[in-house]
Amino acid sequence: MATVVDPRAHAHTEVASQWRLMWWSFRRHRLAMIGLTIVILLYLIALFAEFFAPFDPQAARARDVYHPPQRIHFVDTAEDGSWRLNPWVQDYKLERDKFTLQQTYVPLEGERIRLDFLGSGEPYTLWGLFALETRLLVPEEQGRRFYLFGADRLGRDMLSRTLHGTRISMSIGLVGVLVSLLLGLTLGGISGYYGGTVDMVIQRIIEFVLSLPTIPIWLGLAAALPADWTALQRYFAITLILSLIGWTELARVVRGRFLALRTEDFVTAATLDGCSEKRLIFRHMLPSMASHIIASVTLAIPLMILAETSLSFLGLGLQQPIISWGVLLKEAQNIRSIAQAPWLFIPGVFVVVAVLALNFLGDGLRDAADPYAQSGR
Amino acid sequence: MTGRPTTGEPVLEVRNLVTEFPLRTGPFRAVDGVSFELHAGRTLCVVGESGSGKSVTARSILQIVDQPGRLVEGEILLHRHRTAKGAGADDTVDLARLNPRSSAIRAIRGRDVAMIFQEPMSSLSPVHTIGDQIGESIRLHGATSRRDARRRTIDLLRQVEIPDPESAIDRYTFEYSGGMRQRAMIAMALACNPSILIADEPTTALDVTTQAEILDLIRRLQQSHGMAVMFITHDMGVVAEIADEIVVMRHGKLVERGDVFAIFERPEHAYTRMLIDAVKALDRPSRRRLAMRAAKPPGAAVLDIDGLEKVFHLSSGWFGRKRSTLKAVSDLDLRLRAGENLGVVGESGSGKTTLGRCILRVLEPSGGTIRYETRSGEAVDLTALDRAALTRIRREIRMVFQDPFASLNPRMTVQQVIGEPLLVAGLLSGRDLARRVGELLEMVGLPAASMERYPHAFSGGQRQRIGIARAIALDPKVIVADEPTSALDVSIRTQVLDLLLDLQERLDLSFVFISHDIGVIRYFCDRIAVMYKGGIVETGETETVCAAPDHAYTRSLLSAVPHPDPRVRGEKKRHRYVEQA
Amino acid sequence: MLAAFILKRLLWAIPFLFAVSIVAFALIQAPPGDYLTTFAATLAASGDVVDSERLDALRTRYGLDQPFLVQYWKWISGVLQGDFGISFEWQQPVSGLIWERMGLSVCLAVSTLLFTWALAFPIGIYSAVRKYSIGDYIVSTLGFIGLATPNFLLALVLMYIGVVHFGTDVGGLFSDRYQAAPWSWGKFVDLLTHIWVPVVILGTSATASLIRIMRANLLDELNKPYVTTARAKGLSEFRLLVKYPVRLALNPFISTIGWAFPQLISGAVITAFVLSLPTAGPLLLQALLAQDMYLAGAFILLLCCLTVVGMLVSDILLALVDPRVRYR
Repeated sequence: MATVVDPRAHAHTEVASQWRLMWWSFRRHRLAMIGLTIVILLYLIALFAEFFAPFDPQAARARDVYHPPQRIHFVDTAEDGSWRLNPWVQDYKLERDKFTLQQTYVPLEGERIRLDFLGSGEPYTLWGLFALETRLLVPEEQGRRFYLFGADRLGRDMLSRTLHGTRISMSIGLVGVLVSLLLGLTLGGISGYYGGTVDMVIQRIIEFVLSLPTIPIWLGLAAALPADWTALQRYFAITLILSLIGWTELARVVRGRFLALRTEDFVTAATLDGCSEKRLIFRHMLPSMASHIIASVTLAIPLMILAETSLSFLGLGLQQPIISWGVLLKEAQNIRSIAQAPWLFIPGVFVVVAVLALNFLGDGLRDAADPYAQSGR
Repeated sequence: MTGRPTTGEPVLEVRNLVTEFPLRTGPFRAVDGVSFELHAGRTLCVVGESGSGKSVTARSILQIVDQPGRLVEGEILLHRHRTAKGAGADDTVDLARLNPRSSAIRAIRGRDVAMIFQEPMSSLSPVHTIGDQIGESIRLHGATSRRDARRRTIDLLRQVEIPDPESAIDRYTFEYSGGMRQRAMIAMALACNPSILIADEPTTALDVTTQAEILDLIRRLQQSHGMAVMFITHDMGVVAEIADEIVVMRHGKLVERGDVFAIFERPEHAYTRMLIDAVKALDRPSRRRLAMRAAKPPGAAVLDIDGLEKVFHLSSGWFGRKRSTLKAVSDLDLRLRAGENLGVVGESGSGKTTLGRCILRVLEPSGGTIRYETRSGEAVDLTALDRAALTRIRREIRMVFQDPFASLNPRMTVQQVIGEPLLVAGLLSGRDLARRVGELLEMVGLPAASMERYPHAFSGGQRQRIGIARAIALDPKVIVADEPTSALDVSIRTQVLDLLLDLQERLDLSFVFISHDIGVIRYFCDRIAVMYKGGIVETGETETVCAAPDHAYTRSLLSAVPHPDPRVRGEKKRHRYVEQA
Repeated sequence: MLAAFILKRLLWAIPFLFAVSIVAFALIQAPPGDYLTTFAATLAASGDVVDSERLDALRTRYGLDQPFLVQYWKWISGVLQGDFGISFEWQQPVSGLIWERMGLSVCLAVSTLLFTWALAFPIGIYSAVRKYSIGDYIVSTLGFIGLATPNFLLALVLMYIGVVHFGTDVGGLFSDRYQAAPWSWGKFVDLLTHIWVPVVILGTSATASLIRIMRANLLDELNKPYVTTARAKGLSEFRLLVKYPVRLALNPFISTIGWAFPQLISGAVITAFVLSLPTAGPLLLQALLAQDMYLAGAFILLLCCLTVVGMLVSDILLALVDPRVRYR
């Protein structure tokens, strides 16, 4: 009685499906929209890392060790005062102090490295299928290098490395969550749908897994991986380890929804309509949970990303030559190297931004997940 | 006990009250220019259907409207000098002028004006003892010692007739029954002898017998304390039972205001008349039904329940070792004849819903037989059917649910909802299905074109019609209707019941009609079965049972039902049913 | 009632701990090979020739050639008597190695927990009561960032700031001169001056998440009817807030202690590694990498036990605070 329902209902909502209603309520969540944009952007980068990266992430150049980041300028002014739109960066030269023997990069006045949008750079094979050489931003002059994010201890371009790391880090989150989802959906679903003894046993298992301290177990499992495995094997093994622990939360969500739905009148009604068990689950129950599951999944991805980053940072997760944000941050483990090259932190910024964006997105999805909560009762 | 005369000046005057909720679409006026007065020793009933703003009006007086609601206009004049305890107080205060967080209004809340609420369970803190919560009120407005407060609390609990108050004071909310909680709530409101008591639907969540006791209690306390009572309710029966004056509200506006007899006998506004007619209609048998039965008397039994039993196993402990059992239905016999409406009446926990669900095997019966005669004339025992046979029978026996919001999948269009049984049974699909759904919608009084819409586009009554359309889609023989009208506003109830009667005539249906509401049963059912603690205490023709109940429980149940006529109030002698050991 | 409840929980902890110990042991057994393989590999890498007969003799001596269950039984029966076995790498009893480090770990975790609570509690309440105020937005934003930053990254950034701007190393828990010194008042003070850095680092994300939990819980509770009842009694907003909704919002808070504490200890592993703290974490990492099974096993077992104990404590606290739990 105390609730206030605006009687001025909107006519166009009458024929709106759940996804449309969700989108309408999601759209109002500004942070979530920002999150969504960033997440889409990150996954685009992950998909087309080779295109966005100016160079091969493994290409080292000894004379550019710890090359500092260069600022990109868009307006190119000539000596005579005329100007044109053309991106360029300042060229640097390595100088050695005569007395202290310390190396520093000093800008070469007037020397500019001009850049090309969508020019052709080093050739690459996209997804192992298409041989291409168009990249987003390349030096006009073949063979020159520029470092928007600086270079690492072997003179490799940090921008290219970070963008390639995006692919692994973002995908490990997604794949890991999908594996967890599979486990969670199956076990949680069985537990919630059938109830009784099965439910109880699965509940005890979940409680047990939850009471295990996560990080030492991760460490233990990751340390148990044979050292001679290939990069790909390792990638999947790490994903599996992460999801082995992540599934419990999803299983709980799924079970909870199943338990709640099982007693809903509309599910009873569907049973009485003569629906088979399969139809009952897939036609009547799952659509009601899908949005909640998507929200939980979105909120689980950042946890996976953080876990992968931590493991790789310790050297127990992914290892060179695979590039992930965690692997890149491993370079920053040494206080000497970060004092000399603080730009090694940049992958960390990506981690924070990605996790933030996914959290915002997940929060927005969760809030929008039940568009029927306010309307009605 | 006919209406007491108005005694002099009002103690509280509400003038032109406006309360707004800022919504995204602009401010929404939940209360729009409402005025009324409260007099010492008299009861004002504010009555209206859901969404009429009656609750917000009550909360506005104490400025405890839920966020972001806000009092925008109007005066709320509390004449403290006219109250029994107001001697020496500074005459008149305008509550609307006070800051909702100020100490001035806090001194009035609970001390001059106290309030009780609808849901006694959620309105009391679950983690504090009852004594703590009542004692707090006492100590808040009068600086008494802890021990004195405790003594007074016990005294209050005794006043509201809570048994064994010395130990009840240290119990928690969840250890009380619904009625006891409401009594505790009243004790809390009485803590400081308020001159005004605002009761916001205090009996809506309770059973009729409990409701009658609470109403008696409020009336008694009002007389002994000389309080002015503002009673908010949607139930015209309750209004007739206790009101001296009535304010009728609709869409936040005051529709009509006046003396209880004037309103019940000469309602001026069409809306008031409709409300009263709706509730009066439910107090006697439907003429339509009587005519239908005269033309075609009920036939042989279609459903014969014999010795039905349902036991729930409640398990607790980690591996469900500890088992306790609950007999929801035990040794129950019941017969439904072809073409009749059988009413099953009972209070919450009497097992009536379990009975309905056992018939359709939503719940598996633990014992007994349910003999059913199928359309093809063969007799089957529903409790012994295998899955396939059960699916077939469930096409002949259908169900209508109580909650029109929960029983329709919000993610399916109306066409999908109604068409589901036809589609699953493999009877129709594609364009034929759409055409049939259209027909069904028109049969239940909804436009065929609305099948594209989702359930959220419909009101409660319309949704219930959709639920009915789904039930009749397979052309059933029997419909089990579990409280199909109790979630609906009273004005819509008769419409839905008439629709069911109409369908009965057209489709040759029989109904098992489960309800807690005697009025509804009297209107709709030919025979009645009274349930109490899992068994049936009495069955018979509805009119016979209502006029001359046999069993003591039935008598107490009937005596508790409020009668929508203020002239007969108090004439009925109240029976309290005490079970023999 | 309460005593029975506690007793029941205590009894349940026993089979749980047993299962946990099996997992811990299985985990350290999981890597292919054993310490001696790793040992041999290390020796081979440095050019030493390994006599396979000697390895076998060692294997027999340590019981590494026996079946899983036998090894487990030997280990667990030792543990029950306080003997955690011998660390292969350090060549000394495990119990001598772990206690001081575990002690420091627990000390760090407790400090962090106190820090977290002291901060998260009032801020969470403020944030809920002043919903959508500027303060709430600031807190929420900081909270989000706190949650999104991995601990080790924060540790690195603080170290960077320390080195570049203040010229000090913020790592470690003691100054050089107290490093190996026995415990004294001076060493304790020295610990206090160092411990705040890891406390802040470890506490940030925990604080951020607790603020969010508190805010969400309180927002839920603030709309409950019993709050309106209390308001209708004439309680002041502050007393009302503290007595009713905050009290109820505490419940989920308390149930987080259970995992928060052990989580802090195990979460500290990575931070401790970065800051090179003399706590359990770095030693565990080292032991895992070297397959020093008894040492690693002891750590993992102790951490698991802490988790179980933590959950037990939070269940009991919850029953103390919420009568509904007791009677269920």
